[in-house]
Amino acid sequence: MSVPLLTINRVRKAFGGLVAVNDVSFAVAKGELLGLIGPNGSGKTTMLNLISGALSPTSGNILLSGQPIAGRPAHKIARIGVARTFQLVRVLPSMSALENVVAGAVFGHNRLWGAEALALARDLLERVGLKGREEVPVAAMTYIDQKRIELARALAGNPHVLLLDEWLAGLNPSELRVGIELIREISAQGRTIIMVEHVMDAIRSLCSRCVVMNSGTKIADGRSADVLADPEVVRAYLGDDDA
Amino acid sequence: MMNIPRNELLALGAGLAGAAVLAFLPLVTEGFWLSLSVNIMLYAAICTAWALFSGPTHLVSLASAAFFGVGTYSVAIFIDVLPFPALILIAVVAGALLATLVGLATLRLSGVYFVIFTLGLAELLGQIVTWVQTNFGGAIGLYVFTDFTETHLYWMLLALTVVVFLTGWLINRSRLGLALRIIGNDEAVARHVGVDTARARIILFAVSGAFIAVAGAIMAPRYSYITPDAAFNPMTSFLVVIMALLGGTRRLWGPLVGVVPFTVVMDFISGHFPNQTAVIMGLAFLAIVYVLPDGVTGQLESLFRRRPTDKSLLTTTVEEGR
Repeated sequence: MSVPLLTINRVRKAFGGLVAVNDVSFAVAKGELLGLIGPNGSGKTTMLNLISGALSPTSGNILLSGQPIAGRPAHKIARIGVARTFQLVRVLPSMSALENVVAGAVFGHNRLWGAEALALARDLLERVGLKGREEVPVAAMTYIDQKRIELARALAGNPHVLLLDEWLAGLNPSELRVGIELIREISAQGRTIIMVEHVMDAIRSLCSRCVVMNSGTKIADGRSADVLADPEVVRAYLGDDDA
Repeated sequence: MMNIPRNELLALGAGLAGAAVLAFLPLVTEGFWLSLSVNIMLYAAICTAWALFSGPTHLVSLASAAFFGVGTYSVAIFIDVLPFPALILIAVVAGALLATLVGLATLRLSGVYFVIFTLGLAELLGQIVTWVQTNFGGAIGLYVFTDFTETHLYWMLLALTVVVFLTGWLINRSRLGLALRIIGNDEAVARHVGVDTARARIILFAVSGAFIAVAGAIMAPRYSYITPDAAFNPMTSFLVVIMALLGGTRRLWGPLVGVVPFTVVMDFISGHFPNQTAVIMGLAFLAIVYVLPDGVTGQLESLFRRRPTDKSLLTTTVEEGR
């Protein structure tokens, strides 16, 4: 592996007595598409929240290109170059599709303004498959289209690292295929991505490498095929009897 | 500035022309109507300034009386030693400073907690001023004697209103304006796309507070004798909220639509039914919240919703911005 872009070093997050993330360490190389998986409640989303600055770790550090970002406010981390989508899709309901994406372009790592921001937003909407619907109010859009908006908004900041929190969840089979292709495309363009996901087909087909968490601890880290066959991972997902 | 969209340019021209016409009002009328016009202009300035902050952030501030009082006292304290323009400047600084402090103190407060904090603020400042004056000043009030007539007050308030509108328009065209719209939609998203939500909130509150303080400073000569009860009167805060909500806060000119009829009707009611004024105002408040939650302008907009293909205000703003 080359020099890591993002390094998670013994990061811990405790909510009172509950340790949601327990001294987890892993690194992500530039251009890598990493799957972060694990059963419900294993601390995946908390991990993303720690990277994006929604939460601040109890201990440990997180480095982006060598720069410490752990515990900094979310808006600063966004400017340094981390963008994310949300587990429950969060669009800006009173704004149009274009404006939603412009928001990412203006304030994210990119910091564009005016015609440049608009041109980028139009371009991204086209890339996620929403060409011609720039002025549609997002509140009137379907679930997958709102997810597309969120993805375009995250990309508009031109982030070093893109965090996808169950971006494929809740899609029907044909939408899922489209979604997987979209992520594959974005990854092929060199974007570094960490995706938290429950859809194993997507993990298998997209991610060459996976980190598996269970009860806040990292239990596996390696090639997706190997990791998914690991008895401990199977046990974490299915319980002891089925292992 | 270049590249201003045509419809905004028209609105700007119309607004300035309207203000120019209004400037001649004192030449054709005096007495009661001029007095009423001063009141209208006063609330036009304060309500628009209030909506600059409370419109996009959805945080209802009841601190108007606090800023107003701070402005009034900026004049009352220094009237004998400094020229009036300097007093306006003091009011600007004092209002902005107070708003910044309040902003910093209330960053983590949302919704009803913010409302209560701001309500308490006016009361607290009023009490502090009373305490200082009774213990160190010897009297409860301060005299403000000037040569200003109602005409002068009217012109100053008109100028202030124009400045408030221009400022609001410039903010809407800026990054700050876009940041505020994002915050108003979803604060968590705002933070994660890189908006410094705290900074945006505080800057806007300071701008809004400074304008309201200036309005208080301009009104000081009208009272002649300034007492904490009058300067920090909580009724100011409530009236501002009612009028702005009646008009609607989605558009810069929304509050104005509420101010004009409300001030006229309130003047009539307080003149003819002085004992029932508070009750009628309370009922009006309830009626507005129930019947017109988005104000008159919001209601009209919903009725005549533009085609979705129309460009929204922001798109044109960002596109033509730079």
